[in-house]
Amino acid sequence: MHQYEDIDQQNESYAVGMWTFLVTEVMMFGALFMAYTFYRWRYAESFYSAHEHIKTWPGAVNTTLLLISSFTMVMAVHYTQLKKTKLVLQNLAATIVCACAFLFVKIVFEYIPKFQDHLLPGPNFHWNTKEYGGSENVAQIFYSFYFTMTGLHGIHVLVGILIIGFIALLHHKKVPAIVDDYMITEMVALYWHFVDLVWIFLFPLYYLIPK
Amino acid sequence: MNFPLAPQQASTVAYFHDWVFYTLVVLTVIFTVVVYGMVVFFAVKYRRGSKVNRHQSHHENLVLELAWTVVPTILGLVMFFLGAKLFIQMRTSPADAEDVYVIGKQWMWHMQHSNGVRENNTLHVPVGKNVRLTLISQDVIHAFYVPDFRQQIHVVPGRYTTLWFQATKPGKFPIYCAMYCGTQHSEMGGYVYAMPPKEYAEWLKNGGNNIGEMTMEDRGERLFKVLACDNCHTAQSTDRAPGLAGIYGTKRVMSGGSAVTADDAYMREAILKPANQLSAGYANTMPEYNGQISEDDVLNLVAYIKSMNMPNVKGKAIAGQDISKGGENNKAGDHYRQTSNTALGNEDSRNLGETNMRDTGAAVNATAAERRIDRQ
Amino acid sequence: MSTVATPVGLPQEEPRPTTNYLNADNTIKGWLLTTDHKRIAILYLISITIMFAIGSFFAGLIRIELTSPVGRLLESESYNKVFTEHGVVMIFFFLIPSIPAVLGNFILPIAIGARDLAFPRLNLLSWYLYIIAAGLGFLAIVTGGFDTGWTFYTPYSSFYSNGQVTMAIMAAFIAGFSSITTGINFIVTVHKMRAPGMTWFRMPIFVWNNYTTGVIIILGTPVIAITLLLVVIERVFRFGIFSPELGGDPVLFQHMFWFYSHPAVYIMILPSMGVVTEIIANFSRKRLFGYHFVAFSTIAIGALGFLVWGHHMFVSSQSMYQGVVFSLISYLVAVPSAVKVFNWATTMYKGQVQLHTPMLFALGFIGLFVIGGLTGLFLANMGTDVHLTNTYFVVAHFHYVMVGGAVLGYMGGIHYWWPKMFGKMYPDAWGKASALLTYIGFNLTFMPQFIVGWLGMPRRYHYYYLQPEFQPYHIASTLGATVLALGMILPAFYLTWSLKYGEPATANPWGAHGLEWEIPSPPPTENFEKIPIVTDEVYDFDHIVDVHHGVATEGGDTH
Repeated sequence: MHQYEDIDQQNESYAVGMWTFLVTEVMMFGALFMAYTFYRWRYAESFYSAHEHIKTWPGAVNTTLLLISSFTMVMAVHYTQLKKTKLVLQNLAATIVCACAFLFVKIVFEYIPKFQDHLLPGPNFHWNTKEYGGSENVAQIFYSFYFTMTGLHGIHVLVGILIIGFIALLHHKKVPAIVDDYMITEMVALYWHFVDLVWIFLFPLYYLIPK
Repeated sequence: MNFPLAPQQASTVAYFHDWVFYTLVVLTVIFTVVVYGMVVFFAVKYRRGSKVNRHQSHHENLVLELAWTVVPTILGLVMFFLGAKLFIQMRTSPADAEDVYVIGKQWMWHMQHSNGVRENNTLHVPVGKNVRLTLISQDVIHAFYVPDFRQQIHVVPGRYTTLWFQATKPGKFPIYCAMYCGTQHSEMGGYVYAMPPKEYAEWLKNGGNNIGEMTMEDRGERLFKVLACDNCHTAQSTDRAPGLAGIYGTKRVMSGGSAVTADDAYMREAILKPANQLSAGYANTMPEYNGQISEDDVLNLVAYIKSMNMPNVKGKAIAGQDISKGGENNKAGDHYRQTSNTALGNEDSRNLGETNMRDTGAAVNATAAERRIDRQ
Repeated sequence: MSTVATPVGLPQEEPRPTTNYLNADNTIKGWLLTTDHKRIAILYLISITIMFAIGSFFAGLIRIELTSPVGRLLESESYNKVFTEHGVVMIFFFLIPSIPAVLGNFILPIAIGARDLAFPRLNLLSWYLYIIAAGLGFLAIVTGGFDTGWTFYTPYSSFYSNGQVTMAIMAAFIAGFSSITTGINFIVTVHKMRAPGMTWFRMPIFVWNNYTTGVIIILGTPVIAITLLLVVIERVFRFGIFSPELGGDPVLFQHMFWFYSHPAVYIMILPSMGVVTEIIANFSRKRLFGYHFVAFSTIAIGALGFLVWGHHMFVSSQSMYQGVVFSLISYLVAVPSAVKVFNWATTMYKGQVQLHTPMLFALGFIGLFVIGGLTGLFLANMGTDVHLTNTYFVVAHFHYVMVGGAVLGYMGGIHYWWPKMFGKMYPDAWGKASALLTYIGFNLTFMPQFIVGWLGMPRRYHYYYLQPEFQPYHIASTLGATVLALGMILPAFYLTWSLKYGEPATANPWGAHGLEWEIPSPPPTENFEKIPIVTDEVYDFDHIVDVHHGVATEGGDTH
């Protein structure tokens, strides 16, 4: 890289750059958390009722999957530093598998049942007030946030899968830029940890709220 | 040719407002002159090649920096304070204000005086008396703005906002919609007609612009029956639904245990989206009226409820109600109207939540009975 | 007739090198796939100028229409689209990128002694994102337009407006990412790529300001991004987030929107203040007065700027207590700007002031920004804001700071660094004419609008037939606008002319201080043969180094 004087300057720049980018992500998700918090404060009772339909177990499974994937990602970086390509690839593959499983669980066990129960906001939304309590309008706001926040997070997971797949390919082809300098793999890992971290906040917010 | 340089001063608040405004103008002019003076003077005196003393040209001076930091800060704080004081005055409606209800919709203003007189795009008010507007939008955000009164407030769908003024002279003063609301935003104007109190009283008594108006209470009573509210909210029993007579202004206990004051915003929400706040001891059986009735209708229903006579029910205590003194013609009034359910806080509520006997209640009802004219 | 001030003491320049960043690899690919920060700056210059022209066209339509209380050139629906598009184009596609993307991109790396930004490819991506966004925005305009006002207030924008609202919002959304990538690049570059000896407090203020702007960008832009996205989701999928019929809160939108959009105005003004600082110091040939205070006031503006958004919402039904806090901090955020203005003026004291074109723009900035900033105090004042908000007073205020401030700074910077960027001088007389016409025309255009707003005319109004006495002020304003337009159009001609026919520029035609003036005009692709080691304090006119002879020359004041 002609703009850098030495490799250290390059690596430090990458690190500062990635952290700066993560700040923007914090601000983006943070705004959603703040908006959710505001509505939750305003419509506390109805929000509790709206949680009725959210089952805890898919969320718990997904949390476990993401935590495992973060661990395998750490290992992938570790083996990159040790230049053990085969182990790098195995761990990257494990990360991708966990991430795909996450999306699978989310779509099959959460989103689709909710679509079937008319919980996707919009003209077809219907909330069974008699059974669950709470107002239909507030339930719709709750699910608007649910789908927006988990959806946005899901998109970040998908993008993560693509990026990790891409660097796995580079590792497989033993492209010098990725093999010689562990920094790139570490930056991808940093992104992945952030995605995990967002989920760590989403999980209690949506799944663990006491009734 | 007419080149006005200032709007008319037509309200009590305009005087304080203009005093603050012109103080700001003076400060602006002073600072502008000082800065322009410095720049022009230095640019001329120290232009390149001019033979002047340039010895010891410093590039920092703590005293100067502190001076031009501290002085603007102090001036700023003074102006802030004056502005806050002015704002509080502008937003604190006096207790004796006459109520008018305003509904903004694309692209017109609809006013209802508390005795039922309605007008569109005009607002007749008495000079020298306090008037309080309660506003709400039927659709998008509008803003009600009367420049000559120096008053402006957003008119928001889903919540009430209030505005008060006291006109100081008779005349015709423009009303503008000041929040972009669509195609005919700039045509959504009108006039405030400030009239001497006697003329105003005459105007009001004669039904305003239209003869034979119903009162708000009358309209509300009709709606109450048409919408079948009286199926559950009966005078005989409070089993299916809370009793409504005397409910306005009281503290109510909600199903979650919290206590809420039954003010305008509460009443509106209870009609439109009852499931949001269930009264203690009642199941979620009331249908939602959201989207089925207009803001107009809501105001009329609430006016009717406020005017309900206390039922003569023996024995069973009516949950969640304060039995007001005397009981009859209870027109609960609060001294300071809660300005709004605000987005991020509700602290400006000055609602004392007391029930307050008003003699006028009896008079209004009597007049209503006299004037009961069936329309439409 | 040479209009170039030959700096005192600098020996004759050696023959200019033949290869520079402009003529190295002059293929389409070499330009469209460039990672050279200087070329990207030029790409931005061209695209931003086009967007500015579009925004100005809309401004012209507005001014023509308002000469009559019942304008007949446009229907209301069209007029509403025109002012909306004027705002969206000018803010998102001109003002926000302008100085950082053109002058920041070009000068910042050189000013700190670097060969490029930290992430050159990210820089190119930033430009492509801008192009995609601008293209989408243009498409939204020509396929029906949108009329929500640039503020997109709900529920009008989410449920009531017919028009290309979704497309327009997506255009602004993508432009936001262009902005974010630029911000990330600037932050990392300033942290990690400064030449040896270039400590934080030896950085030119232009660098300080672009850095702070980068920080504001990364903190604020994601919030508007998600807010606008929520509006689109509400509009397309009918989620009820801001819509009262579905239990949502329209005022929540305003809080989220203004949380970015207030700091956004500092994104627009801080780089311009940076340019003005450079120009004033260099054209007074004197060290900036109060450098530390100026640098810290930049930080203060950036920080306090995030705490004042509610001053756009005093009449929105937010609580009185919230209003009080926002008003108080708004008065405080005005102070650092005042500090800067006084430091600029005092810099000229005992200097060697040269009133070339860039200096005229910089002084014009001071003149207009002072009025704009002081009239902001009327709006920070809760009481007077009740009367003045949503009127033409606000329109006049923000045009004074945005055009009188940001645009004049931009024009000043273009004129200041033009010789460096293109190796050509433009005729200074024409530049001065442009500056003067811009200043005079601007005042004629917008001063009457203060009056008409104070009288009570609301903004975003097509018709004003209720008070036809507003008309003379609007006519005066439109006449002023023609003068302003002339002032703004002239540079297009003489600057373009200079590219071919202008006098060749030396490395340091202004005798200015700064690393960018120590390399040839135009610079080579690599900027520096060898990364310099910085020993001077910033704006140290006692030591203007002649890079070719390596001799420290006496370039300071004479008497």
